[in-house]
Amino acid sequence: MHRITSSQSPDEETLEALEEALILADVGPTVALRLVENLRQVAVGDESPRERLREAMLEILARSSSAVSAPSKNQPHVVLLVGVNGSGKTTSVAKLAARYVAQGHSVILGAADTFRAAAVEQLEVWGERLNVQVISHTAGGDPAAVVYDTCAAGRSRGVDIVLIDTAGRLHTKDNLMAELSKIHKTAGKVIEGAPNEVWLVLDATTGQNGLRQAEDFLRYVGVTGLVLAKLDGSAKGGVVLSIAETLDLPIRFVGTGEEIDSLAPFDAEAYVNGLMGQD
Amino acid sequence: MFEQISQRLNQTLRMLRGVVCVDEASLIVALRDLRLALLEADVNFGVVKDLLAVVRERAQRQEVLDSLTPGQQVVKVVHEEMVKLLGGTQVRLQLKGATPHVIMLVGLQGAGKTTTAAKLGQQLRRSGHSPLLASVDVHRPAAREQLAQMGTNSSIPVFASEGDDPTVLAREAIEKARLAGHDVVVFDTAGRLHLDGAMMNEAADIVEVLKPGNVIYVADSLAGQDAVTSVSVFHERLPLTGTVLTKLDGDARGGVAMSIAAVTGLPILYAGVGERVEDLEVFHPDRIASRILGMGDILTLIEKAQEGVDVEAAAILEKRLRDSTFTLEDFREQIRQMNKFGSMSKLLELLPMARGVDKKALDPAEGDMRSFSAIIDSMSVEERRHPQTIDRSRCRRIAKGSGTRIQDVNRLLKQFNTARKLMKKLGRHRGNPLDMMQNANFGR
Repeated sequence: MHRITSSQSPDEETLEALEEALILADVGPTVALRLVENLRQVAVGDESPRERLREAMLEILARSSSAVSAPSKNQPHVVLLVGVNGSGKTTSVAKLAARYVAQGHSVILGAADTFRAAAVEQLEVWGERLNVQVISHTAGGDPAAVVYDTCAAGRSRGVDIVLIDTAGRLHTKDNLMAELSKIHKTAGKVIEGAPNEVWLVLDATTGQNGLRQAEDFLRYVGVTGLVLAKLDGSAKGGVVLSIAETLDLPIRFVGTGEEIDSLAPFDAEAYVNGLMGQD
Repeated sequence: MFEQISQRLNQTLRMLRGVVCVDEASLIVALRDLRLALLEADVNFGVVKDLLAVVRERAQRQEVLDSLTPGQQVVKVVHEEMVKLLGGTQVRLQLKGATPHVIMLVGLQGAGKTTTAAKLGQQLRRSGHSPLLASVDVHRPAAREQLAQMGTNSSIPVFASEGDDPTVLAREAIEKARLAGHDVVVFDTAGRLHLDGAMMNEAADIVEVLKPGNVIYVADSLAGQDAVTSVSVFHERLPLTGTVLTKLDGDARGGVAMSIAAVTGLPILYAGVGERVEDLEVFHPDRIASRILGMGDILTLIEKAQEGVDVEAAAILEKRLRDSTFTLEDFREQIRQMNKFGSMSKLLELLPMARGVDKKALDPAEGDMRSFSAIIDSMSVEERRHPQTIDRSRCRRIAKGSGTRIQDVNRLLKQFNTARKLMKKLGRHRGNPLDMMQNANFGR
């Protein structure tokens, strides 16, 4: 890519290539167009448009980043995982559990996906592998009851972290979103201030619909952050930029594989580099 | 964001629809808006580029420019090209290969393979087959258990054995199907990433064993730009025969359908539209094209308009509008054309912008339309051309002749005057007669 001097505005070819890269990374045409439009103004200093674009994206991500609420000593820290079907919630719960256990925390899991066939069994397999207790009811039961029991068990056993897996649901299904809202309230009835975190698990292959998902889950259950799953593919999950910008939601973790330890805290720098094809 | 874009696109296309002469400038605007809408709908960048090039080329051809309604032609070209990309017509799943016929489902993690397997089983049983569901997913915890439970819930036999070699499981499943007399086996496989060489080899090995008549790629309709990359690799490595698009009951535009169809040429066989085992529909290329553009059925309307409306009559009408010589005869002509659509409410249902219209308000209007026709029929030619000559006694005569009341005749005249005023205004913008009809009746 060309190096641009301070007196010139970047050439069209470069800008078009950047716009294409952004769109192919699922940043979305509107945001991509705006980011590139900003580069059109005369370059500042010796920075290449590519570098300035990188910085612009980092800035968007930095604005929404904030500290994760820290587990308190007195009561369990409750994290609720939500998302559409197949985004990777159950696997993310397992990975998070492994991570917290490795950090020396005691963890309990709630299998509140009582809808999908064998979702409970799936989480139980992970629980066994990690030697972490899983609270579950029979399939088809009331997920809020599972959440109640999980939080109660977490409190009475004095565990540090309660992770709750919920059924996948499309954000457009009002009844299922209302159910999720009920689950959310139930946690708070058992443990004051719970859930402490509500993380939306977003599949990195998701396109522009990701923003709609985030909007609706935010509205119903006050999402506090994102887990970007399946980032080990060739998809970049660029819609998180729109989400970070319009909804002020930080990305907490990225999932990068099927292994239990393939989950890492979000690193904006690494993410933006990956998005621009500079791994 | 999308609403805004599709709204703007709607405006542009609507404008273009009534345009008599498509110039370079309005074409550029339309193509720009179209590009934005397609990208926002997650149609792949390269696919959008190719599509727009074709549309531009066709829009500039003489037959489009020379037609009476070039604007409409351009919109039609867009739709036609999209539907063409999507495979044109509906394609049905063809059972192929040795009996038991094997259908193998493949795809990325979380696309919805297991649910689709159960749905396909249900569909096959309904059409008189005896399907067996079989899971060879040895990777995801409890994946086989999931299929087993789904099968049990819908009373479809399932093969879900222990073991960690999918090719061994595959052989066992076929054996079981033979013994039990099943004529179709639907295989659910593990979700895999196209970049994962070992997993792609595993899928190829399963294909080797099963020699499936159908290998179906299950694609998530929520997916974005990268869908073309993954499906291309799957297509290269495995003998894909079709795709199923899942999660279409959400609000994703499903542009991925176009991306996949464009890069693979594979037919889209089904659409998953819910969590229940019955929620599998035949895929309609024309519907998804409209959905991608977020235009309701505006394109269906254009097609209907082209079938129903006498183009020459419309052209004459338009000339009269411009010359402000619109008469009750023209008004009747419009009513006659409206009737070709069936009814006013049917026509309105097709228009996304008419969603807010109070349906109750439609009924009297429809009644009016019928009596209006009769009233105009009872007038003399002179009266139709110069409605201002209709005085009280003529009014009484017309009412009597048409079997209506004087008030009805007055209402017609009042409505006609309003319509004429509106049309004069719209005529300056060279509006479409159909749009005007609506304006005339509903003051929109």
